[in-house]
Amino acid sequence: MSTSPTFTLDGREIPFEAGQTVLQAALTADVYIPHLCYHPEFKPHGSCKVCTIKADGRHVSACTWPARHGMVVENATEELDDLRRTLVQMLFAEGNHFCPSCEYSGHCLLQAVGYDLQVETAGFRHFFPVRPVDASHPEVWLDLNRCILCELCVRASDEVDGKHVFGLSGRGAGKHLIVNALSGRLADTDMAATDKAAEVCPVGVILKKKAGFRVPIGERPFDREPVSAQAARYAPRPPARHREED
Amino acid sequence: MSIASPAPQPAAALGAILERHDRRPEQLLQILREVQEHLGHVSDDIQAHIARELHLPLTRVRGVVGFYAFLSATPWGRYRVLFSDNITDRMQGNMDLLDHLCRRLLLEPGHPSEDGLVSVDTTSCTGLCDQGPGLLVNGRAIPAISRERLDLIAELILEGRPVTAWPAELFAIVDNVCRADMVLDNDLDPGDAVRAALARGDMSQVEQAANTRSWREANVAPPQGPLATLNEIRSANLRGRGGAGFTTAYKWESCRNAQGEQRYVVCNADEGEPGTFKDRVLLASHADLVFEGMTVCAYVVGAGRGFLYLRGEYRYLLGALEETLARRRRDHLLGRDILGTPGFSFDIEIHVGAGAYVCGEESALIESLEGKRGIPRNRPPYPVTHGYLQRPTTVNNVETFCAAALIAAHGGDWYRATGTPKSAGTKLMSVAGDCARPGIYEVPFGTTVAELLAMSGAEHTQAVQISGPSGTCIGPDEFERRIAFEDLATAGAFTVFDESRDMFEVARNYAHFFAHESCGFCTPCRVGTTILAATMDKIHDGHGTPYDLEEIATLDRVLNQSAHCGLGHTSCNPTLDTIKRFRPAYELHLKDLDFEPAFDLDGALRRARQMTGRDDPGAHLTTEPES
Ligand SMILES: Cc1cc2nc3c(=O)[nH]c(=O)nc-3n(C[C@H](O)[C@H](O)[C@H](O)COP(=O)(O)O)c2cc1C
Ligand code: SF4
Ligand code: SF4
Ligand code: FES
Repeated sequence: MSTSPTFTLDGREIPFEAGQTVLQAALTADVYIPHLCYHPEFKPHGSCKVCTIKADGRHVSACTWPARHGMVVENATEELDDLRRTLVQMLFAEGNHFCPSCEYSGHCLLQAVGYDLQVETAGFRHFFPVRPVDASHPEVWLDLNRCILCELCVRASDEVDGKHVFGLSGRGAGKHLIVNALSGRLADTDMAATDKAAEVCPVGVILKKKAGFRVPIGERPFDREPVSAQAARYAPRPPARHREED
Repeated sequence: MSIASPAPQPAAALGAILERHDRRPEQLLQILREVQEHLGHVSDDIQAHIARELHLPLTRVRGVVGFYAFLSATPWGRYRVLFSDNITDRMQGNMDLLDHLCRRLLLEPGHPSEDGLVSVDTTSCTGLCDQGPGLLVNGRAIPAISRERLDLIAELILEGRPVTAWPAELFAIVDNVCRADMVLDNDLDPGDAVRAALARGDMSQVEQAANTRSWREANVAPPQGPLATLNEIRSANLRGRGGAGFTTAYKWESCRNAQGEQRYVVCNADEGEPGTFKDRVLLASHADLVFEGMTVCAYVVGAGRGFLYLRGEYRYLLGALEETLARRRRDHLLGRDILGTPGFSFDIEIHVGAGAYVCGEESALIESLEGKRGIPRNRPPYPVTHGYLQRPTTVNNVETFCAAALIAAHGGDWYRATGTPKSAGTKLMSVAGDCARPGIYEVPFGTTVAELLAMSGAEHTQAVQISGPSGTCIGPDEFERRIAFEDLATAGAFTVFDESRDMFEVARNYAHFFAHESCGFCTPCRVGTTILAATMDKIHDGHGTPYDLEEIATLDRVLNQSAHCGLGHTSCNPTLDTIKRFRPAYELHLKDLDFEPAFDLDGALRRARQMTGRDDPGAHLTTEPES
């Protein structure tokens, strides 16, 4: 008789398969851990830190931390949620997020996680960075004001599309998204609206043109249910080229 | 060569550089660094050319150029002057000196002169704190900057004399060894340690090491060869000198037991922690000992290739280091079948960094060695199993390798006899700041802070920053504490502040250091260090309130709990330590008000005043109560 290995998360037993991380195992079991830079079809990245948990007393990123049998994980504690609220406030402060006018409102993971954690104040003085909008491409536009630097578009373009359309340059607070063209314009890259990279952005940076506000308010993914009730939607799966429309 | 010969053609220089590096993507950073050195910048067109030649996307090349402080896509001028901006440089008046030079050259800091001749700016600590203030001209280090020396430098620049033809005495950097012990006074000749390691037994276990899970299982006979030396390292109780104090024998053993067809030994000579300069002295005057330790390590773990990752600021040591390597190859201390031992082959390549403190973090260092942006990796897996090119890799500090060489030569018992029971051997301390005799003090572990202060002639000491900004700041009530892993663990910086110093300004300088050096990978550090630096500036400008101190405590918690690497974890240390121990220094800068709007009304009008050229009272707004 063989029983699959398990760990406990806030007292609940979570089974896992060899090689899974804590976040992957939890989402597979339909248990939610807040996350932003993780995507079910990609190798975890570990940069947003919103998934920070305590595993056997140690703060680690749930998305990259390997699950181990018998591990004791704390997740939905006030201490951790407080930490996550601060991280979300930091991301809002760092970019320019004007949700009411953003087409991705209601679809946006940053907004959804913010609502879910009840982030009610700005917390920090906003940076108001000057970031350009790139509308050069006929099918796709980039509003870099909203970029949270999760690198999902970079990973999708590298690993699935094989095009290397996106990359990062600068460092520290000067880190920013770049595209693969000498001119620096999206129009001069190989980007196509059908690329995987066009559909992975968790926030409203990479948007398809001629398709704005398609889903009516009230029916958008996070209008229906808070993100914390949709854990299974993020269970790891192999990369698919076309996502069903949300 | 005739005087009329044309300047080197960019294309030819570029071709030669690409050729020398075999157009390998792992060499990207080295290629870019050399192009920068030759041409003064790496233009967009050249970046595109390099991308094509290396079969890399342009984004990859641009990402690297944008990451390292010593690379740039636009020209910085034929002369690039960078003033070291550590707190010790500040204390020695580097800002006045920078102003002085800018006035002589008629330019503003940060902006190249109109004729493209020269630019002047600041950079993170250049490791010359014992003979500061320091600066770099086109990457070459100049110590002990004074007005007189700057006047000479200004003349040389205006005259257009190539830096290679500047008077040698400008570049004379001394060791300043004030106390030597087992490492700095070592009696080893090149090859002694390697010979001693080889004499402990034959090579039969080198091959076995590679593919057995544990040498303990595979070998019942008393340890010979590499294992015998590993045992000496273990019994010496050697711990890493790079900061974390990891047990060296355990690291070497894990690397030796890891599966992989090729293993690597990496010497971490990035020495970026402000106030640390002991590796500079080891590399300048004891390079054989460093390479010896690396070779012993290669023998123990079964590595065939090694790298020395030299921080860009120490570029001036490159020539001498390469010569030492060449001599060691001639003496069969490197290369194939070292000292005639069949199968023991190892060679060392030097990679030069390009201005990024985070590359001292071992996994970021490995990324940098692979020619990428220096972003710390997700761990596990650790470098001992998945390091350079995902193969088993041992990374150690320069000083750790020196100690390892001594242990290989003299044995673990001999080594352990110095120091404390928990901290064996000696520690090289980089003493700088307010003391009569700054320099290198090699002291046995267990030496107290007070003893070091007395040795270096420090008086009226208010505080000592141990191990740089990522370490601990202590006041006089703690000066009886000991330099040791069990008390004050340190990578070697020992920066002294006397009673005349404003400890708030010390912390503010360090806050800017972290914000400047954050790699930007993770949210807490990228955003948190920026907010911290801005908050410290706000307090400095007289707009701080107790609320800001609370915010700093929040930032500290967030960084500690969630940052991706040690840089973020420790970035609030100097601020918190100084708030805890020197609160009055902060309170002097704070407003009495409980709350001060973050928005500065008068400050917001600054641009308008500049544009209109007005500065009369009517052009100012005030939130101060009328008195
Ligand atoms: C931000 C950061 C910077 C570091 N810089 C250095 C450095 O300059 N030199 C060094 O030896 N170790 C540095 N370290 C520590 C290394 O990651 C690593 O622990 C060390 O090189 C291991 O060598 P050791 O075991 O011999 O100490 C740094 C760590 C961090 C987090
Ligand atoms: S554009 Fe979107 S997917 Fe790409 S890094 Fe920014 S937030 Fe992430
Ligand atoms: S803590 Fe700072 S330096 Fe370290 S990975 Fe995060 S952003 Fe980079
Ligand atoms: S989801 Fe784990 S760090 Fe972003």
